[in-house]
Amino acid sequence: MAEIKLETVAKTFGTFTAVKGVDFTVDHGSFFVILGPSGCGKTTTLRMMAGLELPTSGRILLDGEDVTALPASARDIAFVFQLFALYPHMNVRQNIAFPLRCQNYPRAEIRRSVEETARLLRIDHLLDRRVGGLSGGDRQRVALGRAIVRRPKAFLMDEPLGALDSEFRRLMCGELRELHDRIDATTVYITHDQLEAMAMADRITIMNQGRVEQIGTPQEIYDRPASMFVADFIGSPPMSFLSVQATLQRGDRSIKVDGARVEMPQLFEDRAEGSFALGVRPENVSFADASSLRGRVIGAEYLGTTQIVTVTTANGQIKARLPSGNTVRVGETVGLALRPDKLSLFDAISGLALPSALYAGDRDG
Amino acid sequence: MAEVALLDVSKSFGAVDAVRGLSLSVAHGEFVVLLGPTGAGKTTTLRLIAGLERPDQGDVVIQGRVVTKEIPAERDVAFVFQQYSLYPHLTVYDNLAFPLRSPARRTDEKTIRRRVQQISELLHIESKLGNRATALSGGEMQRVAIGRALVREPAVYLMDEPLSSLDAKLRAELRLELKRIQRELGTTILYVTHDQIEAMTMADRIGVMSEGALIQLGTPREIYERPNSAYVAGRLGTPVINLIPAELLGNTLPPRVRTVGLRTEHIRISPADGPGPRAQVHWVEHLGDQNHVHLKLSTHSLVTLADPGQPLRAGDQVSLEFESPLYFDQAGNRLGTDELRGHA
Repeated sequence: MAEIKLETVAKTFGTFTAVKGVDFTVDHGSFFVILGPSGCGKTTTLRMMAGLELPTSGRILLDGEDVTALPASARDIAFVFQLFALYPHMNVRQNIAFPLRCQNYPRAEIRRSVEETARLLRIDHLLDRRVGGLSGGDRQRVALGRAIVRRPKAFLMDEPLGALDSEFRRLMCGELRELHDRIDATTVYITHDQLEAMAMADRITIMNQGRVEQIGTPQEIYDRPASMFVADFIGSPPMSFLSVQATLQRGDRSIKVDGARVEMPQLFEDRAEGSFALGVRPENVSFADASSLRGRVIGAEYLGTTQIVTVTTANGQIKARLPSGNTVRVGETVGLALRPDKLSLFDAISGLALPSALYAGDRDG
Repeated sequence: MAEVALLDVSKSFGAVDAVRGLSLSVAHGEFVVLLGPTGAGKTTTLRLIAGLERPDQGDVVIQGRVVTKEIPAERDVAFVFQQYSLYPHLTVYDNLAFPLRSPARRTDEKTIRRRVQQISELLHIESKLGNRATALSGGEMQRVAIGRALVREPAVYLMDEPLSSLDAKLRAELRLELKRIQRELGTTILYVTHDQIEAMTMADRIGVMSEGALIQLGTPREIYERPNSAYVAGRLGTPVINLIPAELLGNTLPPRVRTVGLRTEHIRISPADGPGPRAQVHWVEHLGDQNHVHLKLSTHSLVTLADPGQPLRAGDQVSLEFESPLYFDQAGNRLGTDELRGHA
């Protein structure tokens, strides 16, 4: 267990600044996910936490101790890489025992730790098997076993599930989270897959171009995205935006979209005439014949329980998640109703969300 | 008429039966998706049609002609691979024109220009035609790779997970585009993936494969609503279908039912004093757009979508009501309404 703290940590490679002053704290025992597109600086951030890169500026604290300049080997952190490599000539027991043998642990202790770890991962029946004949899932579990056997203060994981197919990834997500809950180890996990992040994280940090865009619980980030970048990165399909020109006043509870008045959470700020984007998630859109917000259906994607219907309006494209039982015809014109209490309004230039009753609401969603 | 047909085709590699007695036909203008986990035989099936593998048994028919013994170049197919490989020293235009300039085809430059222009517009890369292939984003590169197959007008396009190397956002965009292009051009596509969303959103028909065999073939709705087996039922749907042993649900079930398949839409969560089987809320998982409720029904775990209007908390006792669930027999085959009625 450990608390990891980053204080304005930055990293420059030549003329390229990969990480531009990042601040966050990973709490004791929490599952912390850094999420972002490729090139956002998440791997560099993780490598600095591990001691594999030296920050250009800023401090990294592990349980209050400044470890910024300590090498990886002095940090008591385990790093799990994307592509797990097992030693093919060793059996499962030898693979898991390897890190302990390298550090000359007593034989009896190695045996005890390996068996305990294997039980935790439910692979104790495989200990004497060769790794070559194992299924993909069991191999992944052995690799995890090798990482957790030394019980380090924290685990840093760099897209450990990236190479797996989607079905199996879902299964491993559940297992990883369950394992985390059982051993209570501080875990920092990086991924570009928002579903993995949503499914596992206590808190998510979203990074973009070397900066933190938002930190929060999965639900906070989903319901109250701080920027259009976050709103667009999270959700499948992501949030839809309607572009509007408007002058806004504190206390406004609606906005005009192409002549239609759309209700929204009470606004807490005055804004001069400008461009804004009204953001709505697909599950908060429904069809309403009477609505004066109209659009034309251009496609419907069947997903079993639900379908995603894409509608073009004069102000942009909207996606609606509707029950698959509803009949939708491509080409027809429909009225759209947006759930008023769930709408976000963004400054279209800065991309930042405007403060409103939604954003001031209770913080634990 | 069928553009492509496989007639009882088998292929093994050493001791591994990669494809076992597969029969499948793809109609003109149809988009068929083969869905299955790694190792199900999907890619081998495509390679057999392309002529990159020879079947041990059975025949491959393209536009009514048996091509089993023909080499790939003699077959009228285009293949799009998972990893796009473009010629880095050529422009987008020349990459797209390349297949048409092959000596085997001898297309005149005027036709080439028309065709490249048309395909680039369709793929929304017409402004990039003069760019080097290496100066493109990942999504644009994959579009060029797909475009390079589309400039030709083969009987069938064979696509092997063409979107899987892209990030989630791009994948979702190209999914819609590929479907639109296929519809506009009326092309015939046989597409292989392990991604159920791709299969459901693009396919006219889905073929579910397992261990080299075709388990079920049907429209996405048929496969989802009327799977022929518990295996197929588990391939589609998020959260994944709950398969509950019949004995946990009491003795009101029809005979022969050994497993009950419950998707989200089959489960209604009622207050604990309701008539249905009792369960306990284990935890509620917030996935943003969907909240999954994990329930414990005696020893069994169940996952279903939470109704946002129904606040549930870990530890809550509830009762469950089921609406037309799926029934499976001992062997995992689904019992249709006829079978259930016949034995009731």
